[in-house]
Amino acid sequence: MSHAPVLAAGTVYGVLLNSRDEWAAWAAQMNEPPYKAAPKAPVLYVKTANTWSTCGAAIAVPARAPEVEIGASLAMVIGTAAHQISADTALSHVAGYVLVNDLSLPHASYYRPPIKYKNLDGFLGIGPRCATPTEVGDPNRQRLEVRVDGRLQQIVDLAQMRRHAAQLIADVSEFMTLRHGDVMLLGLGAKRPLASAGQRIEISAIGMPALGTLTNTLVREIA
Amino acid sequence: MKHARVAYDGAIHDATEHHGRLLLADGRLVDFDAVTWLPPLAPVPWPRTVLALGLNYADHAKELAFKAPEEPLVFIKGEGSLIGHRAHTVRPAGVDYMHYECELAVVIGQRAKNVKRADAYDFVAGYTVANDYAIRDYLENWYRPNLRVKNRDTCTPLGPWRVDTAEVPNPMALALSTTVNGKLTQSGHTRDMIFDVPYLIEYFSSFMTLNPGDLILTGTPDGIVDCRPGDVIVTEIEGIGALVNTIRSAS
Repeated sequence: MSHAPVLAAGTVYGVLLNSRDEWAAWAAQMNEPPYKAAPKAPVLYVKTANTWSTCGAAIAVPARAPEVEIGASLAMVIGTAAHQISADTALSHVAGYVLVNDLSLPHASYYRPPIKYKNLDGFLGIGPRCATPTEVGDPNRQRLEVRVDGRLQQIVDLAQMRRHAAQLIADVSEFMTLRHGDVMLLGLGAKRPLASAGQRIEISAIGMPALGTLTNTLVREIA
Repeated sequence: MKHARVAYDGAIHDATEHHGRLLLADGRLVDFDAVTWLPPLAPVPWPRTVLALGLNYADHAKELAFKAPEEPLVFIKGEGSLIGHRAHTVRPAGVDYMHYECELAVVIGQRAKNVKRADAYDFVAGYTVANDYAIRDYLENWYRPNLRVKNRDTCTPLGPWRVDTAEVPNPMALALSTTVNGKLTQSGHTRDMIFDVPYLIEYFSSFMTLNPGDLILTGTPDGIVDCRPGDVIVTEIEGIGALVNTIRSAS
């Protein structure tokens, strides 16, 4: 594996359309084909192990993709397995929190699973540090800043998530066990910033130094 | 050689098939029904990537009222959905349509990036049988098929054997069949795949690295039916094995 992970993780799951602004941006299309209805269950995807990049790692952008979309989020790392648990106790299953940079090639349709857009090698920055639940407190009170080459491009307000961390664990664990080491992203903001090869991406949580700053540089893929 | 991974006598063992019995790595010979069968996979340092194909047989695509896809329709499963041979799979309460999918599963043998289809078989370690259950009641049109349909606990039986490539000279020439309580319900052939194994390895490795132990579930042919608690489902692929699974209700 070319990219060593920041921690020995299990399966990494992301969730689409969890933020209110992302939902609002899609609301007009939700009842149109091919979607035909608003999503009911959390819309999940998997970031496979080949996508993991450590903090500081260079991430290769394929020549076919001039730009990548930056999906800044906070991720929960599961401690004790969560199977059909209620939101009341869900956060007791979280061992810690880590910043993630969930990169995608921009894709206009959410109808089919996004493997060729989201599962490219290196396309998930993770790190630099797994903070404890005590350090982080309520994960949905965190606000993330996204900088590209030092310029602030986006603030992701995790309070704006439709399912907060506890509800997300409850709704996902209804049909699949979140196992020790599994990782669940809390959701992405809308209007995700774009970046291209040569640019540096930094993600940090305002007033939360325990999470550190996740830094990744994009580089042109060597053919 | 046919490889298994089993729990026996308080520990987990690698085993091989030996004249109708299991030869454990420590030399003990045990009967098939003396062990708990696990997915026949060696441990890997990172979570394995489990890629699964939808609509990869023209007849099944027609059965589900779709035109055949122009590029592979792929979804990803977490390792937590895998269970072994002779295990039980849960049918959730109150659903109308839960069906099996008998699939040839490819086990990757070495790191694969930018592999050409002519070389693709060099990157395969072996093959096994997957039963990729789906609960269609939960189907939604967002990243479809969505994980609530396809990534449920117990819903991906795998096994019983991982068969070395040397014993499978042509994986594109294998009969597949499924029986429910002994009655044949699904019958197909791997030659009818829309995207064959070499194509899929070239396709995936063009944008993502496949690592040893990763899996590609290659899709299912025509002939899916609803499965009820108590039903015994046997998904079988010629030369690979017969994977037995029993449906149970959610307790």
